[in-house]
Amino acid sequence: MSEHAIIVRDVCKAFDQGRIPVLRNVSLQIKHGQRVALWGSSGSGKTSLLNLIGGLDVPDAGQLNTFGLNPAKEADRLELRRSVVGFVFQLHNLIPYLTVRENVLIPAVALGVPKLQAEAKLREILERLQMEHRMHHRMQDLSGGERQRTAIARALINGPKVLLADEPTGALDEATGDNVFELLGDLSRDLGVTVVIATHERRFAEACQRIFRVSSGHVEEACK
Amino acid sequence: MNFLKLIITNLLRHRIRALFGVLGITFGVAAMLCVLAVVLGAIGMFRNILESDSQYLVFERNVSDLFFSSVPEAAWLAVEQMPEVAAGDPVLFGIVNAAGHPVITCFGVAANNPRVQGAEWLAGQAEDFGQQSDRVYLGVRAAEFLAAGLGDSIEIGKGSFTVGGILKTKNGFEDGGVFFPLDLAQRYFSRQGLASIISVRLNSVSEGDAFKARVEAQFSDLTVLANEEFSSNYSQFKILTATAWAVGLCAFLLGGMSVANTMTMSVFTRIREIAILRVCGFSRVQAATLILGEGLIIASVGVLCGLLSSFLLLYILQRVPQLQGYIQASVSASMVLGVLVTALFTSIAGSIYPAWFASRIQPAEALRYE
Repeated sequence: MSEHAIIVRDVCKAFDQGRIPVLRNVSLQIKHGQRVALWGSSGSGKTSLLNLIGGLDVPDAGQLNTFGLNPAKEADRLELRRSVVGFVFQLHNLIPYLTVRENVLIPAVALGVPKLQAEAKLREILERLQMEHRMHHRMQDLSGGERQRTAIARALINGPKVLLADEPTGALDEATGDNVFELLGDLSRDLGVTVVIATHERRFAEACQRIFRVSSGHVEEACK
Repeated sequence: MNFLKLIITNLLRHRIRALFGVLGITFGVAAMLCVLAVVLGAIGMFRNILESDSQYLVFERNVSDLFFSSVPEAAWLAVEQMPEVAAGDPVLFGIVNAAGHPVITCFGVAANNPRVQGAEWLAGQAEDFGQQSDRVYLGVRAAEFLAAGLGDSIEIGKGSFTVGGILKTKNGFEDGGVFFPLDLAQRYFSRQGLASIISVRLNSVSEGDAFKARVEAQFSDLTVLANEEFSSNYSQFKILTATAWAVGLCAFLLGGMSVANTMTMSVFTRIREIAILRVCGFSRVQAATLILGEGLIIASVGVLCGLLSSFLLLYILQRVPQLQGYIQASVSASMVLGVLVTALFTSIAGSIYPAWFASRIQPAEALRYE
């Protein structure tokens, strides 16, 4: 097994049929279990890079390797999303009419995890995230922090090897954001999960083990 | 939670949208089944008139409608004498009007005709049929809408007749008609010496081919068809059946379009949601199956409601006093199966494009723009 969980080499990505470049020859490597920040302003290319690493999008050029899978391939992208990567978004991206329990179980349904096994994992995660009492509530009944914790629980249900968090504190107040960030750090330490956080806030970036500064589609590692 | 539960949850949490889909299918199935049942029931009734207690029909070759058929008396007398024949019953059809009733079917039959002798006589007696020259005999429904009783004088067309009896047959059309003694009908319709058809009962069904050959050899302007042949070849039945299916299908297509519309709108308004499912590991096939599954459940519930609604509607229609006797719905297993298959096929077809669209949703793109 490679010592690197994620390898990005000379990756390019542009939108609008190549007219809007968002990533230009990006290269980086992230080791297993590391907590890494992609730090940059809005529109710098952080989300695009996360999407490529997690198999939500395909690069125009370059090579990607996430836990031995190639996100440029459809089958590998599906495998990545199902069992290797967990996503946490700024706006939660939870399905509003489903309960916490139902939202969290969606990846398990996609993967075909047996019901009892999925339910056991669900309870374990919700307990850890102190969300067990909210299990049967729908999204409109939850606070911003609770929704983000639900999103984290959903990202963890299939036991991912890497968590990709796109501005996970962006829609939260400062205190709640701190809690969520702390939670991601705890999970990384306790579960040995590699965590890549896209953030525009310097303080969150500095709390990570490594910082990659993203600017105008270029990525370079910043000294801490 | 499993895949099926997710599908059901999606539907239950979008009740109004799902309800409209179900209502569309319900309407389509009910309309299709009712139209088919009523029209095919009507055909069945007309067929029963022709086939009463017989196996073969003899009528004029190349006529488009049996009302225009002429079988000469000499021919039917000869047919009755043929060795294969047990009985031959001439029937002369005619259509007249009466005050407030533009179409009244008349049946000119001999006194020993089985439909008259086998009917339930509510007034008068079967033995009296044809004994008096100006007497006509009303089907029970005709007696109701003409408001006539035994011994009353009634105006039918240009003629005035006395009601000699009221009879109830097993056939709604006949109950809405007027029975004439054959010779009176021939005089009244100016078709002396003619009948429209001869319904023939053979000594043995196995002699059918010989009988047919004999008649057609002897009377080149007549044709002979077994009842089943007649039912499947008679152009009026074909037209009615085709019309019923066409009208039914058109009605059903509205239902099918409703499902297509419901599912398409469902997908278009849930692009972000489907993208989230894809982010969570749903494959293209799973995303498509989700939408197809929703469509299939909507269709299944709609079909069930449609079947129940159509049976209820037919039950009511057959009991509406103004329609009584004219509607004898005929619902066969094959018809229900045909409607079921059509309904499910159309519903699934209506869900294919939305399902395909759902499977093509790119998660990153959908989340970026939604």
